[in-house]
Amino acid sequence: MKVRAQIGKVLNLDKCIGCHTCSVTCKNVWTSREGLEYAWFNNVETKPGVGYPKEWENQKKWNGGWERRQSGKIQPKIGGRWRVLAKIFANPDMPEIDDYYEPFTFDYDHLQKAPEMKTPPVARPRSLVSGERMEKIVWGPNWEEILGTEFEHRKKDYNFQNVEKEIYGQFENTFMMYLPRLCEHCLNPTCVAACPSGSIYKREEDGIVLIDQDKCRGWRMCISGCPYKKIYYNWKSGKAEKCTFCYPRIENGEPTVCSETCVGRIRYLGVMLYDADRIEEAASVESVEDLYQAQLDIFLDPNDPAVIAQARKDGIPENWLEAARRSPVYKMAMEWKVAFPLHPEYRTLPMVWYIPPLSPLKAAAEAGRIPMEDNGIMPDIESLRIPVKYLANLLTGGKEEPVILGLKRMIAMRHYMRAKFVEGRDNAPVLTDVGLTRDLVEDMYKVMAIANYEDRFVIPSGHREETLDAFGESGGCGFSFGNGCSSHSNSKTDLFESMRASRGRSGSKKDNRVNTLFTKPEYGADHGHMHQHHSSGNCGSGGCGSGCGSKSGGGCG
Amino acid sequence: MTFDLDFFLFQILPYISLAVLFLGSIVRFDRDPYSWRSKSSQLLRKRQLMWGSVLFHVGILVILVGHAVGLLTPIQVFDALGVSHSFKQVLAMTAGGIAGVFCLAGLLLLLHRRLFDPRIRANSSFADIAVLVLLLAQLCLGLMTITVSMHHLDGHEMVKFMEWAQHVVTFRAGAAEFVRDVDVIFKLHLTLGMFIFIVFPFTRLVHIWSAPVFYLFRHQYQIVRRRES
Repeated sequence: MKVRAQIGKVLNLDKCIGCHTCSVTCKNVWTSREGLEYAWFNNVETKPGVGYPKEWENQKKWNGGWERRQSGKIQPKIGGRWRVLAKIFANPDMPEIDDYYEPFTFDYDHLQKAPEMKTPPVARPRSLVSGERMEKIVWGPNWEEILGTEFEHRKKDYNFQNVEKEIYGQFENTFMMYLPRLCEHCLNPTCVAACPSGSIYKREEDGIVLIDQDKCRGWRMCISGCPYKKIYYNWKSGKAEKCTFCYPRIENGEPTVCSETCVGRIRYLGVMLYDADRIEEAASVESVEDLYQAQLDIFLDPNDPAVIAQARKDGIPENWLEAARRSPVYKMAMEWKVAFPLHPEYRTLPMVWYIPPLSPLKAAAEAGRIPMEDNGIMPDIESLRIPVKYLANLLTGGKEEPVILGLKRMIAMRHYMRAKFVEGRDNAPVLTDVGLTRDLVEDMYKVMAIANYEDRFVIPSGHREETLDAFGESGGCGFSFGNGCSSHSNSKTDLFESMRASRGRSGSKKDNRVNTLFTKPEYGADHGHMHQHHSSGNCGSGGCGSGCGSKSGGGCG
Repeated sequence: MTFDLDFFLFQILPYISLAVLFLGSIVRFDRDPYSWRSKSSQLLRKRQLMWGSVLFHVGILVILVGHAVGLLTPIQVFDALGVSHSFKQVLAMTAGGIAGVFCLAGLLLLLHRRLFDPRIRANSSFADIAVLVLLLAQLCLGLMTITVSMHHLDGHEMVKFMEWAQHVVTFRAGAAEFVRDVDVIFKLHLTLGMFIFIVFPFTRLVHIWSAPVFYLFRHQYQIVRRRES
């Protein structure tokens, strides 16, 4: 057993109102730059729909994720190492920008400079890629918002597999739900596996998957490898970029920007302990329907003394173990079993999980009664407007039982709490059927319904003090693009000795520069962090100085 | 030994170009690693790139390997292996010719795409276009040398270039003497080649150094960067 910890995430789709605050705050912080206008590290899709980029879930088209070979081994669906390299000159499995959307602005200038005319002036769209006039905008990051576009197009949604989908095109039977998406920070990420330069890595301390911007060569295989299409090619800088899980905030014990700003309070962050020795085993189980359970099986119980002992041996700090015991993610995924991974069939072991949404009972109005299960307590799950099969295709590789149990538990919680508060009675029978107890359901209610800040976010701060002499950072250059701080170098021996002092004012002999290609034992881990400090496109997030903008076309203002 | 243009081009310039190539690349890799990338424009337009890029790269890789092996392998090795000069000459012309045509087709597609696709044109730097034009010119010169070589199929001209290249890389004097009397097309081809070496570190060509062959030997798929205490 090798215990590792990761900050996991749960999104409670039952409460998502599709307001896009997460997307907008994320964009303002991370991707409001040239080359990434089209990129949304966080986006919210309306389902059913083909999504963003188009048909990202159709891996017959994009070949993302892993496939299990007859030998029982898994390899990236885009191919083994030779096939990956064979695709390097032109990658047939990569979306074009039109599959996302062509980024555009409007000629606002014209509104002020138009000559006197009979009709009011109009700001017409213009491509941000070519600078040319766009006669018609044909696609956008959220074109299908609230069932926009015709069903004929949206029914290509891959989650309709084994669902009689035609009836859902009818107005009376239609259904919808929101799906906010971000990088899954997988335990078995295909982007990492597919990167020929080895520039993408998973951080051992918190599981965040990052791209080393200085090592990325723009081979573009990660974009194909990632089945969620959550790695974006910056067409200006020629490098791949992705959701950073707001690691500077996470290290400080603060939630990601998307979680912090979620007005529906649907997002949860917490520590998950897992057995790193069993990742491959879990990702390789034969049936895709078993992948959800296989991932549950490698999560470790933070209250188990054996796990705690091993975790300490593996160097997991005490405050992380404490946080793991209070983790809302652990509760939802493991104890209550109401949260599920997004598309476990991709075999990436994703770490952003979802609570499926309840939906109205479809035939209730016509029938004049609510279809009930035999016991007369619970409504029939099959009568929910969103087909269970659809949710199962989304969350459990098509296996319906876990989703049904999750939905039932959420309904049971509502019944129980309603009986308690409104009717003033103790409706315990509704709990026993779904395997809950009063204590459990009270806790569920507190975390899922009330959702106070401290219950949603249990994030231990990182221990940067162990890897970096922070004093040297004072007066340093902070965040910047490229080598905006002009002190970093790839090599152990600096070509231009004189520039060494410019990062921070550390007087110590120890070199505080962290952007070294060749890992020095004493600073082995922190250079991973700092790479993205330098270059991940956080121009606005800190002292940007002179380096900003000039290198990668981003703007500081 | 005369100190004329030929002496400069084929005795001095090789060292200037190689120095700029290697030192320039090292400095750029060291000082500005963020700028070190292939600069792919596939995201913006797939059309013409699929055929263009594959044909170009396959062609030019064959040509590059051919040049490296053909020029830098000591002639004694070929003699020992029983490869006659004339066979080597014909092989070089045939293989190089076929690869050259592949490369030419790809390059024309890529250049057309770069110049006439509005998305690509708007996002091309001067260097992006210049590199394609330089490579096209160099490729055409290279293909033209085949017609010159037709006249000396015994391979004695080719041996001159081998001697020249090997004298250069082993820092021996008199390299220029070997190529002083070759056809002007060869001289242009050599000179432009060295010029491309000089601009190499300042263009996207640097991605050649990063050809990810080591990926094939990476033991495991996953990469975890861990904290050392």
